Amino acid sequence: MEILISQLFAGLSLGSVLLLAAVGLSLTFGQMGVINMAHGEFIMAGAYTAFTVQQILGSAGWSLLASIPVAFLVGGALGLILEIALLRHMYHRPLDTLLVTFGVSLILQQLARDIFGAPSVDVRLPELLSGPVTIMGTPVPAARVFILVLTVLVVAGLSLVMNKSSLGRRTRAVVQSRDLAEASGISSRRTDALTFFVGSGLAGVAGVAITLIGSTSPTLGTTYIVDAFLVVVAGGIGQIRGAVIAAAGLGLLQVFFEFGTTASIAKVIVLVIVVAFLQIRPQGIVATRTRGLA
Amino acid sequence: MSPRATLSAVLPLIAVLVLTGCGERYDPEAEAAAQQISPESCVDTEGDTVKVGLLNSLSGTMAVSETTVNRSLNMAIDEINADGGVLGKQIEPVTEDGASEPTIFAERASKLIRQDCVAATFGGWTSASRKAMLPVFEAQNSLLFYPVQYEGLEASPNIFYTGATTNQQIIPALDWMREQGHKKIFLVGSDYVFPRTANRIINAYAEAHDMEVVGEEYVPLGSTEFSTIVNKAMASDADAVFNTLNGDSNVAFFRQYNAVGLDAQSLPVMSVSIAEEEVPGIGVDNLEGQYVAWDYYQTVDSPDNQEFVTNFKDRYGQDQVTSDPMEAAYTSVYLWKDMVEEAGSFDVAAVQEAADTGGSEFDAPEGQVSVDGENQHISKTPRIGRIREDGLIDTVWQAPEPVAPDPFLDTYSWAGSINGA
Repeated sequence: MEILISQLFAGLSLGSVLLLAAVGLSLTFGQMGVINMAHGEFIMAGAYTAFTVQQILGSAGWSLLASIPVAFLVGGALGLILEIALLRHMYHRPLDTLLVTFGVSLILQQLARDIFGAPSVDVRLPELLSGPVTIMGTPVPAARVFILVLTVLVVAGLSLVMNKSSLGRRTRAVVQSRDLAEASGISSRRTDALTFFVGSGLAGVAGVAITLIGSTSPTLGTTYIVDAFLVVVAGGIGQIRGAVIAAAGLGLLQVFFEFGTTASIAKVIVLVIVVAFLQIRPQGIVATRTRGLA
Repeated sequence: MSPRATLSAVLPLIAVLVLTGCGERYDPEAEAAAQQISPESCVDTEGDTVKVGLLNSLSGTMAVSETTVNRSLNMAIDEINADGGVLGKQIEPVTEDGASEPTIFAERASKLIRQDCVAATFGGWTSASRKAMLPVFEAQNSLLFYPVQYEGLEASPNIFYTGATTNQQIIPALDWMREQGHKKIFLVGSDYVFPRTANRIINAYAEAHDMEVVGEEYVPLGSTEFSTIVNKAMASDADAVFNTLNGDSNVAFFRQYNAVGLDAQSLPVMSVSIAEEEVPGIGVDNLEGQYVAWDYYQTVDSPDNQEFVTNFKDRYGQDQVTSDPMEAAYTSVYLWKDMVEEAGSFDVAAVQEAADTGGSEFDAPEGQVSVDGENQHISKTPRIGRIREDGLIDTVWQAPEPVAPDPFLDTYSWAGSINGA
């Protein structure tokens, strides 16, 4: 029983990490159709922001809280620069975007290496988050509970923005029909920039969360980029609800297969399931209805 | 194009980009075949200097570890030069960057031997880099000094192995664990040759010594997801963990380990790839009190080591630490000098013969070491260490005397399934 609860938690926790890494991508890739290979490096930038803030503030607890908004701004700023300098000029050339952003991701990795050094750096955990907490008689890592809560808040906040705010309405309008939105007086250019800012900023927040469980190194982003795309695609492009279901599903499948087999085999099984699922349902868990994007 | 169509067009491309970023293929035999030239040596011993090659990764993922090895090699060379050199000649190091890629190691080794005409080469770290260089050194008949602990089962006449082989690291660690009363061991490792071989040895050892391997788990190199593995370890009623994880995976592993309330008291971990240098990156909070197995720690209490540590810090900064591979590299230069002087020549065959007749010794920072002419490894003193609060490692046990190298485990009756004997 105890092992069932701790595995259940491990699955949800892995799902929440995947979701946090993917939620920004579901905006930039899902809503805007931009394949941003540098998304992983925005996550990495968020992680190094957490490291830098901790170096300045000292206290692990306060610096964790402070680094969440700072990492959002850092990730967002990087995304905004990328959007204005490069992506804006190639919205109708997705393959070029892919190659350009892959190049950018290599540049950002090297930049991190030059600034922070190739070895991974240590972001200390706040005392409160370093041990276990007991849920239903089972010890689970406090840091992962924190990430789970953070993910719920981020996703809830994002749905609120997408559904209630004028930015959300404009974004959805541009996604559904760019021409009609423009004809209605929406600046699709500004909307694109803002959406990209928010999506990249969320990657920064994911980076802060990831410092709590793993190492902070220049190649951190490459670990998460493929899984993030997987979540967005399996969930149904452009659908936050789909991404939530997909992330939780992938997390649970991975840990339960891993318990019965090994880490590598579990990964294979999960990928096979996703491929088979997409054969049957190519639009993902939740389908998008748009008038065609780009 | 709809996003869906776009995606199906580019997903394979993404996969290719991601995969090419982290893999390389290498065929040592093709490389060796391509270099079928006469092994005629071009080493120039006429002048006042003799060239040696230093081949370490100064860029790429391994740079962090190998740069420090390069430093200790340079320190040894400068010390020897200040002391009159080798056979009266000053050593002139030629540095090449292996760039963390086995293919580049092989190519640069070839360049050092044929173009720079070095008398010997020092370097290599990963087993992949050594395996890539081996056919080059054999085909060109030159010498490589390899300074890192490895999985054993190899003895090229052209390579001197100055790091620990398995009977100088893994087996002493198991002996010690058994002495501490640990009977049920959980194995966790990265998925490549060293952990796989190490765990084969551990399984054979356990079977012969009334111990039980209660779990054996591998993760892909660089993996950061350990929830399930740690849950399995907890559920397995193991009384110790044997850790052959490499690099950054250790951070995620130990964080998860501590986060569920495990520590050195409740379930001790024995690690064989974490030295002084890796501790800060993993975070000493995560490691304090855990055990490691090496042949050298910075804290080894001997005048030779105090001098080594002081010189290293004076040269490269007071915040630097010294570790086992650095010490083995430093030692390898002195052993080469000793063998050359015994042979009275830089000639490869003469040096090999000097090694065969034995007697090449050096008072290394880790204690006395000597070259075994049979297998070109060296005798070393295994030590079990415990990581302390400041990130350095205390010796909690050491072998009473240096242990002779046995890379094929021929002297262990239970090891038949490993060496094929």
